[in-house]
Amino acid sequence: MPTPPVYLDHNATTPLDPRVGEGMAPWLGGRHGNPSSIHSFGRAARAAVELARAQVAELVGGQPPEVVFTASGTEANNAVLLSAFAGARSGGHLVISELEHPSIHAAADRLESLGVDVTRLCPAADGVVEVGSVAAALRPDTRLVCLMLANNELGTVQPVAEASAACRARGVPLLCDAVQAAGKLAIDAGALGADYLVVAAHKFNGPLGAAALWIREGAAFEPLILGGGQERRRRAGTENVAALVGFGACAALASEELDGRIERLSRLRAGLEAGLAGIRDARLHCASSLRLPHVTHVAFPGVIGEELVVRLDLAGFAVSTGAACASGVVEPSRTLLAMGVEAAEALASIRISLGTTTDEAEIRRFLPVLEREVEALRSCP
Amino acid sequence: MPLTAVAMSGGLDSSVAALLLERQGTPVVGLSMLLWDRSQQVRNGRCCGSLDLGDARRVAEQIGLPHYTLRMDGEFRRHVVDPFVDSYVDGRTPSPCISCNTEIKFEAFWERARRLGASRIATGHYARIRLSQDGRYELHTAADRSKDQSYFLFELNQEQLSRAVFPLGELTKPEVRELARDAGLAVAEKGESMEICFVDRGVQQFIESERPDLPQAPARVTSSDGEELGAAAPYYRYTVGQRRGLGVAAGRRLYVLDVQAERNRVVVGSRDELLAPGLIGRGLHWIAGAAAGAGVEVEVRIRSRHPGVAATVESTPGVDGGAGACRVDFSEPQAGVAPGQAAVFYRGTQVLGGCWIEQALS
Repeated sequence: MPTPPVYLDHNATTPLDPRVGEGMAPWLGGRHGNPSSIHSFGRAARAAVELARAQVAELVGGQPPEVVFTASGTEANNAVLLSAFAGARSGGHLVISELEHPSIHAAADRLESLGVDVTRLCPAADGVVEVGSVAAALRPDTRLVCLMLANNELGTVQPVAEASAACRARGVPLLCDAVQAAGKLAIDAGALGADYLVVAAHKFNGPLGAAALWIREGAAFEPLILGGGQERRRRAGTENVAALVGFGACAALASEELDGRIERLSRLRAGLEAGLAGIRDARLHCASSLRLPHVTHVAFPGVIGEELVVRLDLAGFAVSTGAACASGVVEPSRTLLAMGVEAAEALASIRISLGTTTDEAEIRRFLPVLEREVEALRSCP
Repeated sequence: MPLTAVAMSGGLDSSVAALLLERQGTPVVGLSMLLWDRSQQVRNGRCCGSLDLGDARRVAEQIGLPHYTLRMDGEFRRHVVDPFVDSYVDGRTPSPCISCNTEIKFEAFWERARRLGASRIATGHYARIRLSQDGRYELHTAADRSKDQSYFLFELNQEQLSRAVFPLGELTKPEVRELARDAGLAVAEKGESMEICFVDRGVQQFIESERPDLPQAPARVTSSDGEELGAAAPYYRYTVGQRRGLGVAAGRRLYVLDVQAERNRVVVGSRDELLAPGLIGRGLHWIAGAAAGAGVEVEVRIRSRHPGVAATVESTPGVDGGAGACRVDFSEPQAGVAPGQAAVFYRGTQVLGGCWIEQALS
């Protein structure tokens, strides 16, 4: 019996917490109802969705009516960018950081092609965007600033509260993509001062297909998806009840268990990084920056990260080169290049992301295999 | 245990090759090459092979193989597509599948597979490899002569053959299809792949899309004694031996005898005029060592579907100064000796080697 593969790619997605699965199960078979229906079936589904909304609001430090459910973080990010520029046919100014997720980069590219001016802020060498650069980028016609709470590749935490203060002083709204941070960092939307904030269930042991856009009470929003009056007319479409129930459950668990999770992940990562230091020429990225507790980004000069990922997969360990790449085709990370990392080193990097199912035994098994594969690749002529 | 990497195109043959390897119980990894991006964009899912790559992924999942896609469109353009276009522009008739085997599948792909830990590579080619008594790797035709692809493999060397595996070499196409059906593979009913995988709408359009600056003036079509027969398509639309679609009217059957790129001229004539007693080659390659002696007796095929003819091969170093220059004399004249195609030498089922056709002897 071969040993099951070890999953060290929790930034891509996470296993469903069995307790979350239990909560969802009745809605996947047995119970049903359209939350918009008047009858008892509809009312029960509505109650389940509204409980989830309260649980997600609690996780992000907001009020339930401020939470709009969407199908993905990508949808939520797209909706905010397109909404901010919905009024004008052309013109206006958008500020994003180079660290942002492709759902923000691609939407910004689209807006740019329609005549919006886009400023893309590079992070400093420590993987963090300087607040001063955000403030300096603002213009009278700036309509939105996008700054993620924590980067998906490096885990570096961004100065969102300071940036939003600078934005608010100029009357510019801020979108904070908190998808990678949720469940690993305390989130208080109010204290962050963001106007829009996005989280997704599958990044912290909830189901795929459920995400939330928190919109500060009073902030402008034009819906992206039109149709029925769901989500207070901000996102049409019958609610994915089972996934939202799971979302609520994983949010509640994350709120409750956050401190313990952070402590545990930090300890596991410290062990991992101590082991990595023993591998010849391993270079940790942004190790002295404020980071999420579960992510390690490391370069092994002389190695191609993509090849290392394949070799590790064949050896039974799942890691990633960075952002999950649906095509299986890897380019040097935009994030690393923006930080000033050389292309060769960027290509020599992998991302290891731990999660609630990771234990010390897995890391102990992983380290020697990693070293073996790194050295095997280095000795390939 | 040594790891075998199987090149999976998503077609029937390479899928069954993967299936057979997996059944042997040795460690196998499925690798697909992204070779050609028709949209010229780097976007996911926009490449020409995206459907076929999806099939490869599905088959690997069915068989239970780990599967990865390797981006190799840069190498493919450099070693296969650009030389293919250059060849037509020079008035020659390229054989891109040979370079694809020599440079891509058994070289660039091997380099990538080796870095992933593989020590052998397998493909769905219909051909066989045998180890001779003196320890040399020999290339042989497939058991199914109607599917034999050994012609396209003539440039492989000892090192390449030593790490190559052709699981389909002993099988017929119907047997391969039956294996796929029995295993319930998603590609069991798939047809044969296109002749040239990266050309979708005809060679002329492809050449013109690749070289928009190329003069598109119709070629002068003349007989071999200089008689003007009219103007038709540009010269690169013609290949030696071509009979159909010449675009000129004459009372007799005409064949393309010569394509003269620099003069935008195409010479046509009768089938008798197409006959040549031999050819001058370059890039002479012997698979299992150079055959000794002045004239080597072989059976030569001058294109992939040529039935073969007895011939004598002689290495002619110094004639044009080029390495691997040679001369091949046929036992009887052959029609359609096309510069740019390969002349591949056989003895019985064994592929001895071959050369690239430089010109026909007259």
